[in-house]
Amino acid sequence: MLLEVEDLHVEFRTRDGVARVLNGVSYRVSAGETLAVLGESGSGKSVTAHAIMGILDTPPAFVTRGSVRFHGEELLSASAERRRSVRAEGVAMIFQDALSALNPVFTVGFQIEEQLRVRRGMSRAEARARAIELLDLVRIPAARQRVREYPHQFSGGMRQRAMIAMSLALDPEVLIADEPTTALDVTVQAQIMDLLAEIQRERQMGLVLITHDLGVVAEVADRIVVMYAGRIVEQADTVSLFRSPGHPYTAALMRSLPRLDSKGTALETIRGLPPSLLRIPSGCPFHPRCPRAEDVCVSDVPGAVRLGFGRTSACHFAEEVVGGFGG
Amino acid sequence: MVSVAELLEVRDLVKHFPVTRGVAFRRTVGQVRAVDGVSFTLGAGETLGVVGESGCGKSTLAQVLMRLEPPTSGAALFEGAPMFDLRGAALRRWRRDMQIVLQDPYTSLNPRMTVGDIVGEPFEIHPEVAPRSSRAGRVRELLDVVGLNPEHINRYPHQFSGGQRQRIGIARALALRPKVIVCDEPVSALDVSIQAQVMNLLGELQAEFGLSYIFIAHDLSVVRHLSDRVAVMYLGKIVEIGTAEQIYRHPTHPYTQALLSAVPVADPGLRGRRDVIRLSGDVPSPVNPPSGCRFRTRCWKAQDVCATEEPALVTRVGGHPSACHFAEERSVVP
Amino acid sequence: MTDQIASLVVERPRGLFGDAWHSLRRRPLFWVSVSLILLVVLMAVFPGLFTSGDPNLAQLSRSRGAPSSEAWFGYDNQGYDIYTRVVYGARASIVVGVLATLGVVLVGASVGMLAGFYGGWLDAVVSRIADVFVGVPFVLGAIVILTTLNASGDAGPVRIVAQVVLSISVLSWPVAMRIMRSTAIAAKQQDYVKAARALGASSARIIGKHMLPNCVAPVLVYSTIALGAFIGAEATLSYLGIGLRQPVVSWGVMINSAKDYLRVAPHALLFPAGFLTATVLAFVMLGDAVREALDPKLR
Repeated sequence: MLLEVEDLHVEFRTRDGVARVLNGVSYRVSAGETLAVLGESGSGKSVTAHAIMGILDTPPAFVTRGSVRFHGEELLSASAERRRSVRAEGVAMIFQDALSALNPVFTVGFQIEEQLRVRRGMSRAEARARAIELLDLVRIPAARQRVREYPHQFSGGMRQRAMIAMSLALDPEVLIADEPTTALDVTVQAQIMDLLAEIQRERQMGLVLITHDLGVVAEVADRIVVMYAGRIVEQADTVSLFRSPGHPYTAALMRSLPRLDSKGTALETIRGLPPSLLRIPSGCPFHPRCPRAEDVCVSDVPGAVRLGFGRTSACHFAEEVVGGFGG
Repeated sequence: MVSVAELLEVRDLVKHFPVTRGVAFRRTVGQVRAVDGVSFTLGAGETLGVVGESGCGKSTLAQVLMRLEPPTSGAALFEGAPMFDLRGAALRRWRRDMQIVLQDPYTSLNPRMTVGDIVGEPFEIHPEVAPRSSRAGRVRELLDVVGLNPEHINRYPHQFSGGQRQRIGIARALALRPKVIVCDEPVSALDVSIQAQVMNLLGELQAEFGLSYIFIAHDLSVVRHLSDRVAVMYLGKIVEIGTAEQIYRHPTHPYTQALLSAVPVADPGLRGRRDVIRLSGDVPSPVNPPSGCRFRTRCWKAQDVCATEEPALVTRVGGHPSACHFAEERSVVP
Repeated sequence: MTDQIASLVVERPRGLFGDAWHSLRRRPLFWVSVSLILLVVLMAVFPGLFTSGDPNLAQLSRSRGAPSSEAWFGYDNQGYDIYTRVVYGARASIVVGVLATLGVVLVGASVGMLAGFYGGWLDAVVSRIADVFVGVPFVLGAIVILTTLNASGDAGPVRIVAQVVLSISVLSWPVAMRIMRSTAIAAKQQDYVKAARALGASSARIIGKHMLPNCVAPVLVYSTIALGAFIGAEATLSYLGIGLRQPVVSWGVMINSAKDYLRVAPHALLFPAGFLTATVLAFVMLGDAVREALDPKLR
């Protein structure tokens, strides 16, 4: 298995108390697979990625339990040196805000070349040539000129492409994309998603796509994990999940989406608000907002119920929900 | 429901921002053509959706319509009266009729004021609307109408979530019983599950108070859900306008078609089976828009005539206006 | 990311200043500086609590007497009791500091607010004028102003203090003005100001209700640090012989009169200089603590 996260617990120790941001998150990504991590803000989808990359700010964040393995090698207990080398060559990450992820005082080319020279021992000229190749690969027009420009001279879509080029410089096996298109316009978003999908296919990379957008997920993901309040509430292949969601949260999320093809009357909504991570509700964290919650949901934390091959749902009534009864 | 009585009529509205260089001796080196000749009408009780990508001028349009920025040229009639000519008391009176809900629920509320002060401020500015003694009651009523607990009147904005803050902003806009509310990306900063709640609220308020909305957003699904008519903007111009059904089912402008087809559809069964148009490149700078048709640099249908002759926004096919020399229907939404 | 999480978990009802207070309360530095400042202020207001001596009683027979149980800090060249004068000197130092700060902040902040809010030519004119004042070196400017004002000859204590306050204010207001101007420009673009304008709010209401409450924090921090700096400036000017002088008692005046006897009577300089340094430091520390408390990014 390429990348495995198991039973990951992370808490943020703030002056208002301990926020349990991740409460036992497990997922796996294999080569050539696109895994979508779907969740709203505060669900812990980005924190998981930061924990994998080893770029959590400690304090306030502390990994209290769990394991992150790359090719079976435990990363959480690895030396800082080893983590850096995995971060550069094994698992790369791109961010939502490309402008702040790129250093404004260096040219785009320099930022790509720097890694190649440090990690691959390339000469200045070799690195420059490779940087141009990479910018070409992500379809930046006139790469030869563009390589000498600064991030602010690029448009939003171009910056995102440059960041993808940078993350690909050391041929990572896994690419984690944290909301890569959220800040972009739809027509540009479509270009970037196409590009990511194509690169992933060609290189047989594992792609972890962190997003809140159900549409993007439906278009590119092979498998989906749905997160809520620091837990994975559902895990399934894309087709099954959209055909018959196995968790009331996923089901409600889908029904609350406005549609392009028809003008609805009132949208179905999920009542209430996501819980404060300082005071996660007892039992199932979704129970205060769940339409079919019963006493057991308040008292017992639901385990992952298996719903066929590779499919789980953390709901006491998972089988009924996936069968379409309530939820 | 397109009404006959037009509440608002905008004619050839233009807003250019000068681009200046130099500190001591400023000189104008160009113009950002943010809004460049926009005309439309809005009926009573109607929702006009305005969609477009960043830089298309939709937010500038909102600023000019709210008279937060003066227009460069053009006219707007509000109930038949030219609203850009209003001054002093007449302007203040007009402001009661037209209000705005802003995008960012975190910066649109003054962090130093309580919710009661924020929602009550319209009454302080327009004391003739409600006598002092009744204001606290009115504020509580408004909070109740937008689905907030009236007991929270003394709390500060940071004690609320994004969705609740947006409700506070809506309550403030509603306080003076306006006829039109301009909604500038009111749900784009919110999570999906919260977005639906706020959209429903806007729908309910419209039915209850007979409001007209100008609903500005980049999310085409959101606009579809709330709008009776839709205008599609590109680089400061409306390229296509029509009923929601016409725009979404029978788009005739290539940009509208590309925009609609680029929206990811939450149905994996349609993957690879949809009619997807991929545009190349980014939106050109509004400082130097392309000659002729502004979309031609990204358009697959572009011919020589597109560079020389600007297509007018007139009805060509499909029964609604479209600013394309080669307008033809193409249904891209599955 | 961390900010996001932090914003999700902060729930307790507090305003910005409540928040700042919450964080200040836990800082030892804050309490140390506040106690020092309180002590000095108490000296300034009720010197009688600290000493029963007379600051103007010169006993030449005790000239340059060393510290003893009877006179804790010893006597200076003219036989004044140094402890008593240090206590009484606090008043002039604090008065100059507070008045100069008030002058600088009131003038600078209001001009800065108007320049930031209205922009355009008003801003251009005010900013250029401020640049001119900033261009003048402080000590040189103060020497010019004070020697010109002093030309008329003898003056009473009130007039002497007023002159020093005036010269500090004239030379320092541009700093406060610039701080206020830049915060005002940032605040003016906030959406809540747009919303208020859309409601038809007057400029006075926008400035008073929306901009000022959101712009005071940086100026508040500046004025805390400036108060310390101005007490130091008073001492500098007095040392140079152009600031406060007899009959006013102040730490700067004491340092000035002690400087010629440093080798034979160092205590005459060390005690007032020590109090001066501690007071300036206390204000700077307080300013630092307040700045960190008000700026969530540094927390």
